[in-house]
Amino acid sequence: MIPAGFEYHRPADIRSAISILQEHGDAARVIAGGHSLIPMMKLRMTDIGHLVDLQAIGELKGVEVGAEKVTLGAMTTQAELIGNAALGAKIPLLREAALQIADPQVRYVGTVGGNVANGDPGNDMPGLMQCLDATYTLVGPDGTRDVAARDFYEAAYFTARGDEEILTRITIPVPAMKGYAYEKQKRKIGDYATAAAAVLVGGGKASVAMTNLSDTPIWSEAAGAALAKGDVEGCVAAAMGAIAPSEDMRGPIAFKKHVAEVILRRAIAKAQERAK
Amino acid sequence: MSKMHVKLKVNGQEVEGLAEPRTLLIHFLRENLRITGPHIGCETSHCGACTVDMNGKSVKSCTVFVAQANGADVTTVEGLVNADGSLGVIQEMFREHHGLQCGFCTPGMITRAHRLLQENPSPTEEEVRFGMAGNLCRCTGYQNIVKAILASADLLKGQKEAAE
Repeated sequence: MIPAGFEYHRPADIRSAISILQEHGDAARVIAGGHSLIPMMKLRMTDIGHLVDLQAIGELKGVEVGAEKVTLGAMTTQAELIGNAALGAKIPLLREAALQIADPQVRYVGTVGGNVANGDPGNDMPGLMQCLDATYTLVGPDGTRDVAARDFYEAAYFTARGDEEILTRITIPVPAMKGYAYEKQKRKIGDYATAAAAVLVGGGKASVAMTNLSDTPIWSEAAGAALAKGDVEGCVAAAMGAIAPSEDMRGPIAFKKHVAEVILRRAIAKAQERAK
Repeated sequence: MSKMHVKLKVNGQEVEGLAEPRTLLIHFLRENLRITGPHIGCETSHCGACTVDMNGKSVKSCTVFVAQANGADVTTVEGLVNADGSLGVIQEMFREHHGLQCGFCTPGMITRAHRLLQENPSPTEEEVRFGMAGNLCRCTGYQNIVKAILASADLLKGQKEAAE
């Protein structure tokens, strides 16, 4: 499987990368780890004239762990995220989810920024970032702006990011909730979720998000509000009412709803246990 | 599309060549450099037969463009032999514990195991299985592959202690 030809660019800073995007418009696309994009190119499901490799841009690297917030450079790989002990201590939910993404080889190159920016409903990080109430920083020709993860996803592969913008950083407030869990059902290692759930709970607060059960990640305010009061049945009912899975090779709709409920209940139980 | 000049280090040697940017690293290794240890299995980043070590990370070379690898330091299974050309420890343990049946997945398995043991010199059996999850063996000979890697860990630790 050989993709169509393209021109390759490896800019050294964000400004240069954006000017390449401006010059070539729709024909240009940025590549981070490439483990979503390259398979699509090999299948010729996407046609890219100019590939803009972000690997040499130092500003996109680095993890900062503060007392109240954490920021992740977009090019932070899943393996770097997993290996960062300070980050794991501060927001263990991130590490728990990252360990369930793909396989070791993919985690070495797959980036957090690529995972959240791609807009693939199968990716784990978008739902997780909604659960954590993260903010994405986008840099474009007109400057820098921040978009909440909860407002970022419009439809499958459609996001609030403009064609000439690059997602550079992710900022996550350190959650006050002590209980956490990321539960995921997948057919095999490396597969996307049949259903996955991110839950934070504790101190009279809760946040609940689900993955690959709609064409965008689903963060349910009502589900979180119910769980905050300890109402597990109300939480499950609200989350189940918010999802809209479609039938595909992972199963028919009824099966996906069944798996979603099982996974959500497991995540809630684990998070509540850890909140104690 | 025009070809680009690429330069990388493969198994300790500087190599150069001309290739279209879309050339996958696995094809550059096998076809341009005739390094045929890494295999093309699924070609869809699932099976891990094409695993090579790139800048200290295990990567699936079917999912890396040679343009991205330009300037990188790459090690394939050929680079894991001893200085005198004899089998390296992990290779020898795969032979001794019969960690292969048809052998197709073996170069990827050994190259991945090399990085796993660099990062975690004393893995548990569970850690070996988790760390090798990106490599498939369609003969399903996993039991002996895990044994070979655990035996390699013991031997490598012994060698390291003896050297210190």
